[in-house]
Amino acid sequence: MKRQVPLLITLVVGTVLILSVFFPPAERLGEDFSIFFDIIAVFAFFLGGGNLVRIHGNRLYKKNKDWAFSLVTLLGFFIMLIAGLFKLGNPGGISADVAASGSLFQMLYDWIFNPLGATMYALLAFYVASASYRAFRAKNREATILLIAAFIILLGRTPLGVYATSWIPESFSLLQIPNLAIWIMTSPNLAGQRAIMIGIALGVISMSLRLILGVERTYLGVDNE
Amino acid sequence: MNKVGLLISFGLIGAGLLWFLIRAIRGQEVERRIIFVFIGLAVAVPILFNITFSEKASPIVEAVYDKIENLSSGSKILISYDYGPSMAPEVEPMSNAFLRHSLAKGHKVYIMGLWATGQSLAGAAIENIVKKEFPEKVNGVDYVNLGYKAGNQGVLNVIITDIRKMYLTDVAGVNLDSMPIMKNVKSLRDMDLLISVGGGLPGVKEWVQFAGDPGHIPMAGGSAAVSAPLLYPYWPTQLVGLLGGIKGAAEYESELVRNYPRFAKMPQPGVKMMGPQTLAHLVIMAFIVIGNISYFIIRRRQG
Repeated sequence: MKRQVPLLITLVVGTVLILSVFFPPAERLGEDFSIFFDIIAVFAFFLGGGNLVRIHGNRLYKKNKDWAFSLVTLLGFFIMLIAGLFKLGNPGGISADVAASGSLFQMLYDWIFNPLGATMYALLAFYVASASYRAFRAKNREATILLIAAFIILLGRTPLGVYATSWIPESFSLLQIPNLAIWIMTSPNLAGQRAIMIGIALGVISMSLRLILGVERTYLGVDNE
Repeated sequence: MNKVGLLISFGLIGAGLLWFLIRAIRGQEVERRIIFVFIGLAVAVPILFNITFSEKASPIVEAVYDKIENLSSGSKILISYDYGPSMAPEVEPMSNAFLRHSLAKGHKVYIMGLWATGQSLAGAAIENIVKKEFPEKVNGVDYVNLGYKAGNQGVLNVIITDIRKMYLTDVAGVNLDSMPIMKNVKSLRDMDLLISVGGGLPGVKEWVQFAGDPGHIPMAGGSAAVSAPLLYPYWPTQLVGLLGGIKGAAEYESELVRNYPRFAKMPQPGVKMMGPQTLAHLVIMAFIVIGNISYFIIRRRQG
């Protein structure tokens, strides 16, 4: 029973959603199922929040290594949650937009969450530079092609690419760095991406069929039996 | 001052790189911390000395600009804020430029988000751009902020047939049916253009797959540079055009300033960030060359 019910739900939902695309009478059912999905998705927040509190609470309770980070995580979580849930300092009161200007939630978001998030993302520039230095080595033919393409794209994404090759006559404009960069993106990159996308789509179809027909059961926490 | 700054930055970075080139010829590798210092300098110096470059819109960016420009005044444009603060410095210049352009052309703007973190950023854009630069625009008449709903692609699956099945009110709790802007708007199919700005999941790709393509609704996108190559297969059929990374934003901002005198003094974060990006790219390229030289010399020595 523990396995049959989820398998049955997967079979019914999967079949209805496929039918809703091809048979207009089933369109309404597909729409209803999408609303069910959206409602269930909200519960993922409860699950995620509960999980976060459990894991970091445990780490804090047992004073594991780096427990101080868990304390910061839990403090951040609860402060944002309370500020948003009770709409503290919200000029429009409890019925107003949670992110209304002047509310504690929006202030925390603007002055703490926003700069911290941007800082984390900005650190990527340093790691990308270091990784490029180590990874882009002309070790073989394929690596050399990748290296040349990377050079053209790097230069093509800056105004220097325009200045450096603007002297090339219009009849050979494809050889201008920005145009070469565009060509790489719209020809070899596009062909490769499309091939990957088609491959993924075929994989998704096959995996979906396995799930709907109950062949694939690992999502239930058990192997095929 | 601009030229002095440019000379100082090139001088500092050039001399340092030359020194590491000499070291590379001697077969010595560069330490990670040194690369970090150079990237820090390459990013900081153009910001300090306000080094900017002129930009010209590429065809893929120009296509989005022309689409918004050529829609008749009063057309309905939906902008989805599908990003969070971490991605905001890169993609926010795009959403701001789209918002400014749409409002300046007199279009009706519908704002929403598939990312929880997008709602606050959309709210900030309304406070800082719409209310300050377009005080004549009225909430519920010229623009509306629908906010965020959980469900990722599931939300699109519903609002493509009926917006009110997901959104009964705007973010402030005002009934959508009481708003003139929502009159004659039943679903996404009533929009003249959909724009998704983001770079993660859900993002532009999901908008194409679950809204733009099945609903035959014109769609444009703005994406972080790292995910832009994944979206090229959708251009020009499913996507009217695409802004990829800071370069795309800078090109769009330049086009906006060139054609709208009212935006001459608007902040241009995209254009401003192209200076640091240009120098950082050059430094990365220089280090790749240095890395390859030392690699070949070390390999030759090892036989």
